[in-house]
Formats: sequence, C-alpha cells, structure tokens
Amino acid sequence: MTIAPAKAGWRFRQPSVIPGFGLTLGFSLAYLTLIILIPLSGLIWRSAALGWTDFWAIATDRRTINALQISFGTAFIAAAVNVVFGTLVAWVLVRYRFPGRRVVDAMVDLPFALPTAVAGIALTTLYAPNGWIGQLLAPLGIKVAYTPLGIVVALVFIGLPFVVRTVQPIMEEIDKEVEEAAATLGANRFQIITRILFPGLAPAIITGFSLAFARGVGEYGSVIFIAGNLPYKSEIAPLLIVIRLEEYNYPAATAIAAIMLLLSFVMLLVINLAQSWSRKRYG
Amino acid sequence: MADPVIKSYEPHHESRSAAVTESRPVQLLLMAVAFAFLAIFLLLPLIIVFHEALAKGFGAYTESLSNPDTRSAIRLTLLVAAIAVPLNVVFGISAAWAIAKFEFKGKAFLTTLIDLPFSVSPVISGLVYVLLFGAQGLFGEWLRAHGIQILFAVPGIVLATVFVTFPFVARELIPLMQEQGNGDEEAALSLGANGWQTFWYVTLPNVKWGLLYGVLLCNARSMGEFGAVSVVSGHIRGLTNTMPLHVEILYNEYNAVGAFAVASLLAGLALVTLVLKTLLEMRYGAEIAATRGH
Repeated sequence: MTIAPAKAGWRFRQPSVIPGFGLTLGFSLAYLTLIILIPLSGLIWRSAALGWTDFWAIATDRRTINALQISFGTAFIAAAVNVVFGTLVAWVLVRYRFPGRRVVDAMVDLPFALPTAVAGIALTTLYAPNGWIGQLLAPLGIKVAYTPLGIVVALVFIGLPFVVRTVQPIMEEIDKEVEEAAATLGANRFQIITRILFPGLAPAIITGFSLAFARGVGEYGSVIFIAGNLPYKSEIAPLLIVIRLEEYNYPAATAIAAIMLLLSFVMLLVINLAQSWSRKRYG
Repeated sequence: MADPVIKSYEPHHESRSAAVTESRPVQLLLMAVAFAFLAIFLLLPLIIVFHEALAKGFGAYTESLSNPDTRSAIRLTLLVAAIAVPLNVVFGISAAWAIAKFEFKGKAFLTTLIDLPFSVSPVISGLVYVLLFGAQGLFGEWLRAHGIQILFAVPGIVLATVFVTFPFVARELIPLMQEQGNGDEEAALSLGANGWQTFWYVTLPNVKWGLLYGVLLCNARSMGEFGAVSVVSGHIRGLTNTMPLHVEILYNEYNAVGAFAVASLLAGLALVTLVLKTLLEMRYGAEIAATRGH
C-alpha cells in the first residue's frame, strides 16, 4: 500500500514505490486532452462565439424547441416504461429459477451489443403497418412506426439493460433475513414488497431511470428509422443537429448541441447526487 | 466450470419459505409478463433481422454480401476497429495504472472525465470533430492548405470511433486494479523486478480477463457505431461507408435483403459478443470484478 506522508501539507501525490506514475498519467492526460477535451471545448468555444442574441434565437426557434421536447419527452416515457418492466425482469431473474435463465439473463444485454442501426431497421420492419406487430396493432387504430410512439419503442429497446443491470445486483444483495423478520412480525407479502423491498431498491431504480433517460435523449441510430422524422412532430434533437450540419448551418448545429450537452451535464450531476444519496442512506 | 464464481451470482434463495416469496400463480404471471416483454422487445427484433436477410433465399443473401460496396464497408469497419480498439487499450491500461496504483489530487475528477463520452450523444461526438476539421472548422483552412483530409475520410471515422469507445477498457480495468491493490507489484519490485517486468509478468496476468472483457465491449461498439461515424463520414460509397452506414443506405434504397444481410453480420457479431461476455462472466466472474453493465 502507499505510505502515508510523514508531515502534513499539500502534496500532489502520495509517495509510492511503484514506478511509472509520470509516464502513465502524462500519457493518459495527453490522450484525454487530444481526443475528448479539445474537441468538446471547441464546441463550447464555438457556441460562446455565437453571442447571446444568436444563441437565444436558435434556442427559442420553434423547430429546436419541438425537437428537444420530443427527445426529452419520449426518453422520459421510455425510461418510465423500462423502470416498470426492467425491475420486473430483474426480479424474475433474481428470484425465480427456470430453465434457460442464464440465456435470458445474457439476452438482456443485447441492446448494448446490437448496433443501433440494426435495431432501428429491425424495429421499423416489425412495427410498420404491414409488419409482424404493426399489422396486429393497425386494426386497433394504433400506429407505431413513423410516429412519436415509434421513438418510444426504440428507446425502450435501447434503455432496458440500463435499468435491469442497475437494479439486479442490488436485488441480489437483499438479505432473506429481513424479509423473514417482517413475515414473522405479521407483514403480508404486499407489505413486505412495498415497505421493505422497494425502499431498498428505490435508489437503484432512480439511477437506472436516469441512465436510460440520458441514453435515450442522445440516441440517434435506432430512432431515425422508426421515427418518420417529421419536423415539429417526430424529429429528435440529434437529427436536427445532423440536418443543420447538412445545411452547413454550423451555428445552429453547435447551439443545439451545446443545449443538449448542458442538459446532459445537469442529468449527470443528478445521477451522481442520486448515487451518493443512496450510498449515504443505504450504503 | 468454476463453481465458486457461479455461486457468487446465485443468491441464496433455493430454500425460500412460502412467507418470503410469491404464491406460485403470481410467480407464473410475473414470469409470463416478463418473458412476453423480452420476447417482443429483444427476441423479435433479432429474429426479424435474419428472417428478412433470408427472405429471398440463401442465394440472394450471399449475393448481396459479395457486392463490392458491401465488401469495402466490411473492410473499412474492420480497419477502423483495428485502429480504434488498440488505441483505447493502451489508454485504458495507462489510465488504470495511474489511477489505481497511485493516490493523487483530482483523481475522482479524472475518473469522471474518462466517463464523459458515455453521456454525450453520438451525434455530438461526431459534430465536435466537424467543428475542428470541417471546411468552416478551426483547422479547416490549414488542413486544406496542406492537403490533409481528416473529415469524410478514414482518419475522421477513426477519431469519432475512438471518442465513442474511449471509456470501455479504462472503466473495466480501474475498479479491478483498485480492488487488487499494490501488494503483488510491491513484492515483485522488492524482489528486483523493474517496472516494465512488474507490469508484464505481474499486473497484466492479474487483469487479463478484465482486459479481454473491456476489449470485447469496446470492439462491439466500434464496429457498430452509427451516429458519430455518420456525421463525419460523408457517406461516400465504397470509400467511407462503414457497415452500419451501409445498412442505412441500402435500407433507404428499399434494398431490404441487402440491408438486412449486412445487418445480420452485425447481429452475428453482437451474438458472439454476448456469448463470449457471458462465458467470461461465468468462468472469471471474480477476476473481472463487479462491474457489470455497459
């Protein structure tokens, strides 16, 4: 282990016998700066160079606002759906034994592994009016493909593993004894779930929700095929960035990206707060 | 099979009494709902990829895969992954060494920065390079004057892919190496090994499965990345089209068999990734640390 410094005082790093600190930290910082930090600050610099009036004009453009609303709205609904079904899937995987459980467990990671464009064309083909699922829904008057509902479907697919993989390990750690104690004291199954199990799982569920939500807001590949991409109706913010870029309208693309980045940053902060809150309370 | 590892994933509930589990009908109902959900949202999309790819028979399938544009898309995807993955492996090992083996100020902040690309939309990951290297970009003039092509060419695609897959190896190795501590390395050093020997003969064997796990996920994402690459590629057929971009072009040309044929290769890659990932988790669960997900 590292040796604690003998005397107090500010020190960049604690002494250690292990070599290579300068080399590895130097290389990591240089690489991080070149690949991530310089390009991202380029974006911030470009949007700052726009000036407040121009920035505000782009930000309050009706098409921009609608695209942001669609992105954040559909991502929110999809994350909420995933909270319900993701928690249920995690519960079934953790609590029940059935043949093929390990295969089902591995399948949950499919959205992490399947390229988004593949997911996009597959879901569109399924939910198109003549598709396997679409033709079942058409008589009921439900249109999924080429509507905002299609965006939700794509984001449910993308976000599912975030909720399952956040909730599952916490569920596995719940002590049987706690539930047994509650049962001994006369609690019924419903009370045990709502009063004992759910409070312990809530922080993980919140984190899973935030991760799925954050991913959904920025998602592009799986959505553009199924969305129909009608301006003001089913056009997501990342697509609007691409459209502005193709029009060589760099300022607009930059401004929309900066707004999205700012909102994502706020979400990241909320996720971290939720995590530290849950650690403090249940850790 | 390595039993101790499997046990760590199997919570102790085989002996649940009736009081601490649901009644059998409720169990069956919950399982039915969960399976139906997974079948509709995960299984059907996977099945339809192969179904559509083979819709006009095996001949049409192989024919669309032997198309020259498809071939060049496959080559480009392999090339990009072959550059991007090793770069991020070197970075991941280096960052994990600095962060896990040493205590220094600002470590938590650095760890957060490494995760940053995961919270940026893929489209923005591409956009930032357009703003740097595009015609109106910061270095646009200079690059044109010197005849260097980054955007709408292989270097831009590699950069965007490196950006998107940046955290995969590092975030796998950091917690693992932190958990293992410095004891082994200190022992090696005190026995006279130099730093390089310590890394090569002590640290690397300790983390090899975790590293492989990270490489697996990093590779899957670099071959499948769509949004970021789409922004920087310029979509030049036969030149700057990766496999996912080629899927899009074929699909938009109403060439369903062609699009799904290429998609089936990517879906196959995803399945292989999942199988290897599951095998790694089963066999070496303890050695790839408790960092599942992503």
